[in-house]
Amino acid sequence: MLVIHCPYCGPRPELEFRHCGQAHIARPLDPSAQTADEWGEYLYLRENPKGMHAERWRHMHGCGRFFNALRDTTTDFFVTTYKCGEPRPAVSGTAPAGGQR
Amino acid sequence: MQKFSAWSLLKEAFGGQQGWQPQWRRAAPKAEYDAIIVGGGGHGLGAAYYLAAEHGLTNIAVVEKGWIGGGNTGRNTTIIRSNYLFNESAQLYDHSVKLWETLSQVLNYNVMFSPRGVMMLAHTVHDVQVFKRHIHANRANGVDNEWLTPEEAKAFCPPLNIGDDIRYPVMGAALQRRGGTARHDAVAWGYARAADALGVDIIENCEVTGIRRDANGAVEGIETTRGAIRTRKVGVSAAGHSSVVLGMAGVKLPLESFPLQALVSEPVKPAFPCVVMSNSIHAYISQSDKGELVIGASSDSYNSYTQRGSLHINAHTLAAICELFPAFRRMRMLRNWGGIVDVTPDRSPIIAKTPVKGLYVNCGWGTGGFKATPGSAHVFAHTIAHDEPHAINAPFTIERFRDGLLIDEAAAAAVAH
Repeated sequence: MLVIHCPYCGPRPELEFRHCGQAHIARPLDPSAQTADEWGEYLYLRENPKGMHAERWRHMHGCGRFFNALRDTTTDFFVTTYKCGEPRPAVSGTAPAGGQR
Repeated sequence: MQKFSAWSLLKEAFGGQQGWQPQWRRAAPKAEYDAIIVGGGGHGLGAAYYLAAEHGLTNIAVVEKGWIGGGNTGRNTTIIRSNYLFNESAQLYDHSVKLWETLSQVLNYNVMFSPRGVMMLAHTVHDVQVFKRHIHANRANGVDNEWLTPEEAKAFCPPLNIGDDIRYPVMGAALQRRGGTARHDAVAWGYARAADALGVDIIENCEVTGIRRDANGAVEGIETTRGAIRTRKVGVSAAGHSSVVLGMAGVKLPLESFPLQALVSEPVKPAFPCVVMSNSIHAYISQSDKGELVIGASSDSYNSYTQRGSLHINAHTLAAICELFPAFRRMRMLRNWGGIVDVTPDRSPIIAKTPVKGLYVNCGWGTGGFKATPGSAHVFAHTIAHDEPHAINAPFTIERFRDGLLIDEAAAAAVAH
């Protein structure tokens, strides 16, 4: 089981959280102005990196708040978690071994 | 190819079993092929076999980064069924079941297909209504599926607990008698052996690192850890790594990769006659011919390529198994593992041409690709050979996500992964 650092509550077991998919997807301000391709991409196309992934989590059974995380999908190590609205931290490559779980 | 028969077994028995040959050649990559399949799982090997057997393409290769049968083909829970809700899915999966029925004879290799029946349990009023709808839809599509009362379900599967003192009592079941299991390794090996006999090169330990394209953007070859290979047609059948391989050609698909876990118990004598699955409480169980209980757990919630998952997923499934089958409460689990599954938004696969000329893809099988192995391979081979989809896979395009023509089995799939 993963231990996830909620930016509001600190480290808690994965069971308290819900994974909510890719982070930083902005809903188009004027949906009717979108082409079919753009709308399809917004609805369905997601990053699926083998490596660093910016994703949303929700602390369902805790504070209930959404936050974002950077996690390496080749190791499942969390590099960092951060609050919604904050920009994606500039971290690249893979997570160091022994990093934040 | 050394043909298997009662006579060959007898001959080898008297010869001290010294005359058996390797099942396929240890091929080294040639400079050029007419087509290359990326991914040596059941789907990829099967596609190579059908390309050679039905479409006359024999100068082809399968490149596999690990070893044959080491990926999801050897990691699944081997369940076969075709009781999908929508017409498109029913056609595809039933095409597969029909091929399963004769596969051992066609390949001259015992894939141990065992149509022992797949029974899906209903625990809520909603389940009952949905399953009955499935049964009617299936029967309209010529796919067998029937409703059982709890007592009939118990008669079909005696270890089942139909008491009303459990958290989610069994309210009935849908049974597909033509469904069942097969031996997953044998499927990969059987296709590899049969394809090899037709001249297909099966190249193991050969990871694709790039896809080369010409000035017009069309595929002209691949780069691998064993050198560059020229080809005009590349079929990607890379399961959880489909996004990675297609990304090499700049193609992005609506896929996300998740770990899916399974586990087996210590082997015991035959105690479990069929396959039982339960959507609502997530139990998924059969018994292999070796005697192990084979249990499918859920997928993890987060994207990952680690081929492992969180333990609480398995614990959740075992809690449901213990309640439904109290006799198994003291069984010990021997092994658990994970595979990486590529999931589409509508939980239906993509078997299609891509925007890149000469690049074809068979992906998005998510948590349920094993059952479709022969059918998927068969229509994928057709798509590659003719540069046009077979009628059965024509709806399973990439463009359906743009056009809103989803084949939305997300809620209809038997286990709510």
